[in-house]
Amino acid sequence: MNNKEKYLKAFCEALNITPEQTEGLVYTGISEWDSVGHMNLIASLEETFDIMMDTDDIIDLSSFEKGMEILKEKYDVEF
Amino acid sequence: MWNFKQYADNTALISDDGQSITYGRLQSEMDKLAEAAGKRCLVFSMCSNTIGSVLGYAAFLEHHIVPVLLNAHLDSELFKNLLKAYRPSFVWMPDKQAEAHNSFEKVYSAYGYSLMRNPDGRDWPLYEELTLLLTTSGSTGSQKFVRQSYKNIRVNTEQIVEYLGLDEAERPVTTLPMNYTYGCSVINTHLYVGAAILLTDKAVMTREFWSFMKEQKATSIAGVPYTYEMLEKLRFFRMDLPHLRTMTQAGGKLSPELQKEFSEYASANGKKFIVMYGACEATARMGYLPHEKAIEKYGSCGIAVPRGKFSLIDADNHVIEDAGVTGELVYEGDNVTLGYAECPEDLAKGDERHGRLETGDMAKRDEDGFYYIVGRKKRFLKVYGNRVNLDEVDRLIKAKFDYMDCASAGVDDHIYIFMTDDTKAEEVRKFISEKTSLNPSAFQVVHLESIPKNDSGKVLYTELAKYYTGTVHK
Repeated sequence: MNNKEKYLKAFCEALNITPEQTEGLVYTGISEWDSVGHMNLIASLEETFDIMMDTDDIIDLSSFEKGMEILKEKYDVEF
Repeated sequence: MWNFKQYADNTALISDDGQSITYGRLQSEMDKLAEAAGKRCLVFSMCSNTIGSVLGYAAFLEHHIVPVLLNAHLDSELFKNLLKAYRPSFVWMPDKQAEAHNSFEKVYSAYGYSLMRNPDGRDWPLYEELTLLLTTSGSTGSQKFVRQSYKNIRVNTEQIVEYLGLDEAERPVTTLPMNYTYGCSVINTHLYVGAAILLTDKAVMTREFWSFMKEQKATSIAGVPYTYEMLEKLRFFRMDLPHLRTMTQAGGKLSPELQKEFSEYASANGKKFIVMYGACEATARMGYLPHEKAIEKYGSCGIAVPRGKFSLIDADNHVIEDAGVTGELVYEGDNVTLGYAECPEDLAKGDERHGRLETGDMAKRDEDGFYYIVGRKKRFLKVYGNRVNLDEVDRLIKAKFDYMDCASAGVDDHIYIFMTDDTKAEEVRKFISEKTSLNPSAFQVVHLESIPKNDSGKVLYTELAKYYTGTVHK
């Protein structure tokens, strides 16, 4: 599995959604991605990529696309 | 109820859109709103953490109009059911929502809120001491409310102000909805001392929340167990928050480990972490753990609030005198509310509790008189700080899914739904998550061949415990 696939899987499992729902998805855009969902999502991404995210990055991760940007820029995850 | 004239020049409310209002101005706005309502009556107050919402709440209490506090984001079907059941004279709601109610007459507007006259409103007889109606469960649209009196709110406000040592220099930032008993008590206590309340609906998971609380130099935050789990996840212990002095916690039992961690952080950084205990039935607070004892007594919910009294009773209603023995926690004090209302006729009822509340929580007391919650007598759980009645969950599912066999059980923040039909698992999870407005991750569906029952058909919930005790949650 490449990083893009891992990222997608982590997202879907954490929020309990289908891959089709992730495109253009933003924080609080669906009921599953509320603050509880966000906690699960961060835990899932940290586990998948074996990283510890900073506060700023946790609160900036406001969309599906933004998450990839943050992981790439700050945590050296190549997509 | 209030004494705003004394603090006329103080800023009362500051909202995250940059607006603010002084106590003097707030008082005059309250008077105008109450005059528009014109009489003592029942009002649905649709709450958000905004100036308009607090203005309505403060005005109704001050002028003896009885508000029912509901979440402004309440599911529209549940809202309609409540409207039909209670037929309030008015609804105080955000302008945007008011536009959708064109059969209602707009009688007054201020600060983004409108007072809408309900064409089906009725003048119910209201008990003279009745002041406020609050729900016990978060947002299931339950028609059962807790009846609170003027004395209840006044007494509990004074108790809290005393043990937290609040004064007009405080600047609390809202982290809870104001229709939730804990959020409401944060508003009550700070209005009472003339402090500036920082109003936001933004969650602690957002950048907007942190920018607002830092810019406005917030001095305190209030949170349910889940809030503190999120704060820990957000590397709260590494944040630079020089103005933050106090953190309070209620709305369920925080894990002892996290309680200890926050207590140690507070102690090392010159802040106070105060674990509290309460219920809507006691207005808000019944107990607190003094911050000086936070580390020594971690895991405890503390002692009774000033002028309140705790005791423990056994199954035969005998008072337990010995330390270390588990019994039901009983609270006595003037903040114990009048009782419940399950229909509008109940609004005429007087005091049914006479200052004594059997909490339904099982607890024990140590040698020094500190109390520890160990479990619950009744079938409800706290999920993200909201009380969820498991029987209500079963009822909702059965009504929706053609009376299929199911039973729910679990631990705080994790509800397990046991079902015999595994084809409906996802559908049930989605449905119940929507109805309770709780994230679907709070619910786990477990497939069983049959639901364990006794000879008379009653579900054996204790048999279900083996499916979730000892499991590791993510």
